[in-house]
Amino acid sequence: MSEVTQPPQRRRAHTSTRDLERYAGLFAARTKVMRSSAMRDLMAITARPEVISLAGGLPDTSTFPPQSFAAQMTRIAQESAAEALQYGPTEGFEETKDCILQVMAAEGMLPDPEDVIVTTGGQQAIDLVCKTLVDPGDVVICEAPTYPGAVPVFCSYQADVVQVECDENGMRVEQLEELLGTLRREGRHPKFIYSVPTFQNPAGVTLSLERRARLVELARMHELLVIEDNPYGLLRFGGEALPPLYQLDGGDFVIYIGTFSKILSPGIRLGWAVAPPPVMEKIVLGKQAADLCTSTLTQYFVREYFEEGKWRGYIEDLIGLYRDRRDTMLAALDEHFPAEATWTAPEGGLFIWATLPPYIDTSDLLAKALRADVAFVPGEAAYIDERGRNSMRLNFSGVTEAEIREGIRRIGKVISEQVELYGALTGEQRLPQRPAAAPEAEPEPSDENVLPFRKTGEAGS
Amino acid sequence: MKVAVLKGGRSLERGVSLRSGARVEDALERLGHEVAAVDVGADLVERITADRPDVAFVAMHGVGGEDGTAQELLEILGVPFTGPGVAACARCIDKVLAKNTIREAGLPTPDWVAFNQTAFRELGAANALGRLEQTLGFPLVVKPSRGGSSLGVRFAAAEDEVPNALVSAFSYDDRVLMERFVEGRELAVSVLGGEALPVVEAIPAEGDRYDFEARYAIGRTRFVCPAELSDDERRAVTEAALASYRALGCSGFARVDLILDSEGPWVLEANAIPGLTDTSLLPQAAEAAGMPFEQLVERILDLALHPAAA
Repeated sequence: MSEVTQPPQRRRAHTSTRDLERYAGLFAARTKVMRSSAMRDLMAITARPEVISLAGGLPDTSTFPPQSFAAQMTRIAQESAAEALQYGPTEGFEETKDCILQVMAAEGMLPDPEDVIVTTGGQQAIDLVCKTLVDPGDVVICEAPTYPGAVPVFCSYQADVVQVECDENGMRVEQLEELLGTLRREGRHPKFIYSVPTFQNPAGVTLSLERRARLVELARMHELLVIEDNPYGLLRFGGEALPPLYQLDGGDFVIYIGTFSKILSPGIRLGWAVAPPPVMEKIVLGKQAADLCTSTLTQYFVREYFEEGKWRGYIEDLIGLYRDRRDTMLAALDEHFPAEATWTAPEGGLFIWATLPPYIDTSDLLAKALRADVAFVPGEAAYIDERGRNSMRLNFSGVTEAEIREGIRRIGKVISEQVELYGALTGEQRLPQRPAAAPEAEPEPSDENVLPFRKTGEAGS
Repeated sequence: MKVAVLKGGRSLERGVSLRSGARVEDALERLGHEVAAVDVGADLVERITADRPDVAFVAMHGVGGEDGTAQELLEILGVPFTGPGVAACARCIDKVLAKNTIREAGLPTPDWVAFNQTAFRELGAANALGRLEQTLGFPLVVKPSRGGSSLGVRFAAAEDEVPNALVSAFSYDDRVLMERFVEGRELAVSVLGGEALPVVEAIPAEGDRYDFEARYAIGRTRFVCPAELSDDERRAVTEAALASYRALGCSGFARVDLILDSEGPWVLEANAIPGLTDTSLLPQAAEAAGMPFEQLVERILDLALHPAAA
């Protein structure tokens, strides 16, 4: 037997400046708005092992039973290797859609399987929706703050993104209404309103029932679509479940995006979209162009997993785990963040959104925090414009309680130092320390009551 | 030859350093050297002792890599390394120290004042902020004393913008400087072995200040090399850069950043280990001088091994 000869590994020389200029001339206009930021560069350090990172958006996958994973994959290998290794339909397998229907039914939705497409994660669903609906310069509306991962998608389709403020009850729909009126007078017709109505990423807030009803009503009135991105809806730790926008609307003006990432695994890259048939037809064409079909193998895995019938139980386990972690984070915030800071108290999901005095830029603060070996996501990532620079997103789902306590202690310390420094610079008096565990009066709903706001003592569980 | 490439580390410029390092490793391999890539951490001494490299290529940027710390260790271990020595690194990384050195050498650098956090926290320095109008005037530039890549650099157009800018700058370092803002052309002179390479001009996209994002994103800032300068301008700029390089005690290479206005060049700072990424200025300048990246890397190694050759 002759040995297999390895072809010599050829490493291409890094490009020269002139090459870069040559390529730059070939870049599409949309790459000009696809930005890499200083913040992203700082994020390179958060991956270091000594850093406690509250910056991730990671679900906890450590509790998923490895034996169960092994058994399912073995069964697939033994019983359906050829099919599982083959291409599949662009829309996804009917069996995958059955699983999706079960998940959606758990939140009270009953879509027609024909309206469902299986996508490579929820992220692809956002991309496909934009691909289908957005021309350069089109107005797209989203929340302020919005899901940081949606920003580069909107930008890459050169959308003109307008953000509507959130308060503790989610997007301020009366502001949206005003905005829609203004746009109409300007002769501009927005293509869609993107919203994460339940346990929003990054703010952790949930759109109230009243606003949900008004939002779908507005969409109907103005004949525009609402993109309901709902990765966290089933991860509720307390409080009353609210009907998804899709259910309220019946699916005429709502495109629904779901994912298995937060209830099973983000590694399998399985999400889905539900859209009215004419829209779905275009989405399917876009999907075909993008990647032909979603991974067959992971669709088989989900099918096996659902057949086992334990998926609800696993979500219950996650809820218990995350509820404890959220409570730990809220307690740590109370203990360690200075009185000048405010934060949300989410009833589910993965994130808390904290807001600091306006003179603290959280991207700069991150530099200081990293020296203390702790990281968070600076608020600027969730805004298109200059807003949000004094806020931060804190993740509690992917870190242990001990890490949460220590991480929040460290962040609290660097914030306090900056607050004190500002006091020394301006002579401004510091607020007295927050009384330990004293429940605070609910803030009056007012115009000032947009995010940031404080909601301590109302953990919601 | 066995070359250890030191990169990464804990600096805030870790990302840039990893890119510089990767590009250098690539060039070294193509030059036929044996490369040991070292992401600098607690095991640095152990790694160097085990690897026994003939020379270390330091591709680290920012505090912890560009400030003489790693260089000090390499000296103790007896490993020759690229770029300026310990003392020059320590001077360049600290903008206040560098500006003092430059001014003492009779070279032009914009007026400035520098404060430690302690001055504000314990000595009531805030009361002196009102005098900035008379001393430096507005707008002024607030910078952390140590660090590079424009991180934490803020402009203050008026007195009331100073506290916020200070809070930002103090996030990066315990000492900050407030510098008179000189409006003019932004130039960089890379010096290799005591000789100036062609001048690079950074022309920001409309309305953009030369900030961190522009510095590393292709297409945001336009670089012209060689910069379009008159002979007199080029001479003045190059001489100011070379004199700064010498005054700071640099060797091997460095990059001097300047502003050119109607009065002539103003030296802002010197970078002991300038970036070596695809979009960095030193490689661009070398290329403009007809020196491809491999040749630049080989020359930098030569200068480390035979300092007299400079």
